[in-house]
Amino acid sequence: MSKVFIALQTNDDTRQIIQAILADNPHAICNEQPAMVKIDAEGSLVVRRSTIEELIGRDFDLQELHINLISLTGNVDETDDELTLSWNA
Amino acid sequence: MQMDLRTVTIKPQRQTFDHIARRIGADKAATRYQEGTLEVQATHNFHYRPTWDPDHEIFDASRSAIKMADWYAFKDPRQFYYGAYTLARAKQQETAESNFDFVEGRGLADTLPAELTDTVLKLLLPLRHAAWGGNMNAAFITAYGYGTALTQPCIFHSMDMLGIAQYITRVGLLLGDDVEVLDTAKQSWMEDSAWQGLRRYVEDCFVLKDPLEVFVAQMVALDGLLYPLVYETIIDNVLSSKGGTPIAMLTQFMTDWFAETRKWVDATVKTAAAESAENKTQMETWITHWRDRAAAALMPIAQIALGAEADAITSEVVDQFNARMAKAGVSL
Amino acid sequence: MDMKVGKKKLGLKEKYQHMTRGLGWETTYQSMDDVFPFVKYEGIKIHDWDKWEDPFRLTMDAYWKYQAEKERKLYAIIDAYAQNNGHLNVTDARYLNAIKLFLNGISPLEYMAHRGFAMTGRQFPGVGARVACLMQSLDEIRHAQTQIHSLSNYNKYYNGFHDYRHMLERVWYLSVPRSFFDDAVTAGPFEFMVAIGFSFEYVLTNLLFVPFVSGAAYNGDMGTMTFGFSAQSDEARHMTLGLEVIKFVLEQDPDNLPIVQQWIDKWTWRGYRVLTLVGMMMDYMLPKRIMSWKEAWEVYFEENGGALFKDLARYGIRPPKWLDQIEQDKDHISHQAWATFYNYAAACNFHTWIPTDDELDWLSQKYPNSFDKYYRPRLEHWREEAKKGNRFYNKTLPMLCQTCQIPMIFTEPGDPTQICYREVDYKDNKYHFCSDGCKEIFEHEPEKYIQAWLPVHQIYQGNCFEEGVDPTAEGFDPLSAVLDYYHLAQGRDNLDFEGSEDQKNFEAWRGMATKNAA
Repeated sequence: MSKVFIALQTNDDTRQIIQAILADNPHAICNEQPAMVKIDAEGSLVVRRSTIEELIGRDFDLQELHINLISLTGNVDETDDELTLSWNA
Repeated sequence: MQMDLRTVTIKPQRQTFDHIARRIGADKAATRYQEGTLEVQATHNFHYRPTWDPDHEIFDASRSAIKMADWYAFKDPRQFYYGAYTLARAKQQETAESNFDFVEGRGLADTLPAELTDTVLKLLLPLRHAAWGGNMNAAFITAYGYGTALTQPCIFHSMDMLGIAQYITRVGLLLGDDVEVLDTAKQSWMEDSAWQGLRRYVEDCFVLKDPLEVFVAQMVALDGLLYPLVYETIIDNVLSSKGGTPIAMLTQFMTDWFAETRKWVDATVKTAAAESAENKTQMETWITHWRDRAAAALMPIAQIALGAEADAITSEVVDQFNARMAKAGVSL
Repeated sequence: MDMKVGKKKLGLKEKYQHMTRGLGWETTYQSMDDVFPFVKYEGIKIHDWDKWEDPFRLTMDAYWKYQAEKERKLYAIIDAYAQNNGHLNVTDARYLNAIKLFLNGISPLEYMAHRGFAMTGRQFPGVGARVACLMQSLDEIRHAQTQIHSLSNYNKYYNGFHDYRHMLERVWYLSVPRSFFDDAVTAGPFEFMVAIGFSFEYVLTNLLFVPFVSGAAYNGDMGTMTFGFSAQSDEARHMTLGLEVIKFVLEQDPDNLPIVQQWIDKWTWRGYRVLTLVGMMMDYMLPKRIMSWKEAWEVYFEENGGALFKDLARYGIRPPKWLDQIEQDKDHISHQAWATFYNYAAACNFHTWIPTDDELDWLSQKYPNSFDKYYRPRLEHWREEAKKGNRFYNKTLPMLCQTCQIPMIFTEPGDPTQICYREVDYKDNKYHFCSDGCKEIFEHEPEKYIQAWLPVHQIYQGNCFEEGVDPTAEGFDPLSAVLDYYHLAQGRDNLDFEGSEDQKNFEAWRGMATKNAA
């Protein structure tokens, strides 16, 4: 399987988002670099709104991710509840 | 090693970039608008001719009949660079959002007289297509216009038009109770005789090749008559007096937007016309031509809301437009 | 920004659909061919624009809201950075030369991307595709301006930034990035999208913005780190647009495959050549190094790009051509480029230097197959010469590749001791190339590439002197005349870092911050 990744800036807003992504994707590997975190995962990776909301204790619109997003790979599927990155091969 | 960098006072070697300093003087710092705008577009030593237009350079002032000694004579009085633009729009969208919340939360749409709702749907919804046409025309100027001072406000304008099309869509979905209202409006746009003058106008703009003529047809003439007529006059005055104030809240973005944007449009007309007698004549010819076409195209649309009064009210709007142009140095 | 229809709340996809798709129409007063005149001449066949899948679904209100938040954060940092003399926090003043290269070579490309995406945004008949392109056009002017604004503060204190707009159109090495983008913008709308949206944004920009910008942070440059990451946050949208374009075009008609494949081959190679500059920035110009060019290439090109091309195989797309050579080159190109700029330091608006022993050791360790064998001895030799007062400045002009416009510095695949030369005769002229890739690209469109404004040819033709300069006058010094034409101050903007005004100023200013006044 190929790897997908999502990279986020590291700051106070993203700490819990990163935590949520890692919780929802036990197969993901968190790679810390200066000022950023790159999360790699075999096959696919899902960012789930409900998990983030539980951690931050408020409503979260997945499009808020754009503010601190650095980069990603894979085919993107975006709904109100989930953002999924995946490769078909 | 502890450093307290704040306490260090260093004399700068220069205040701004040389190409800015050559224009404003080397002794003062430039604004962000100036650094982000002046001479940003390439002008010399292009490598290849466009395969889609081999008669011109990539950026080529000769695409327009308007001649400028310096294309940076154009200035946006709002001083919009991307950051200033986005912050201004974010503030406006926040107001729009709370207006929509207010109308939705109190169920105000349901309190509107049915006749008024019907008028609004008929008048406003097909205009989402006209706004989309505006998006396309502004994109044309952004792409093929000359000089960042002119093209930059046009990308902002283009995206504003898309935003307006989307706000109109939201109004329709809120009042219409069903997504079919969008289809009905599109059918009107495509087929109803009342809308064909405007649709023809917009489509004719799509095939113009001179960026400044597109500017005149879209930003000066069409926007210049449509916004005062539909938003300032029909919605804010006429319909509001008939209990349609919630509608005026939902279209506040458009009213505010026009009041702001016309300052840039006026400044641009003024600068182009003041450059030379030839430019002035060209601008007058274009503005007269497109004003008359726009006024004729808007008349049957005004009738949807105004009935027999449409004629008189449209004439009034045209008079105001003429006065506005006279202030910008163009006598019609 | 919840939206309801009647009592029902719309989901993101459905909402976006209503907000965009229905907007366009089949024109009847003017023909669609006249309204969208450039959409057919490249040979791409599109049957149904409604099959377009929107990659991200931002309506304008959400766009304004989130982008304004990014801008607020970014400018707060830029202001604080300027007010606190943040530039004195960078690891050492050599670092500044990397960002001179950035402002001169990269920021103008952001602006070209802005205009290019406005062109495609105007020319595509499909609403979904047009909205995505125009939104990218708007983002790209953001990138140009946030970079200019961030780097403006450096320009106040350091040399070489001062006339980047003038230099862009004249200085020899800047024709490399510039001609790359001129090439893309002068192509049709579909090729532009494959060139910039896909090959550049998707396959290559991570290499610039992720490891290099993280490196800027590592070197204490919070300004560059902030605009870099802030720009890259838009890039996530752009990359998905690039991927969507490829999938959409390939799904529309099987005849599109060979055209798209040729573009992918061409633009991966063109982009790869431009990134040589970034390789050099990472390996030589960041005093504190985070990752070598080779390592970044392996992560962001080989691993990610590999996954991407595996995914695209179902459409019949194969990985780009010349990958064998690219695979070998990763051990070499950053070193070959640095050697070139070291040579031509007299004609550059930034400084070069020989790395310190520590840095040489780092390079030896990161490049075990190539550095000690081919590159370290040369650098050490130049260092010895410089110590004796013979700092080497090459005063001849290099032969340039007709396609990528980089001097002929790259070596034969399989033999790093032999410079690679290719040539083609076309209409009574001989054209020179650095590689099979650049030669083949030329052969596909010779009428385009013979137009190239090659800086060295232009100098020899006498087109690069200020007005009124007489090259036949006695004592005429061509280099100094060219530097005048470049607006490059001899002894200030150019030459070695050692002894430069930047070096002295930085030291003095930092000294003021760490010591008490006597």
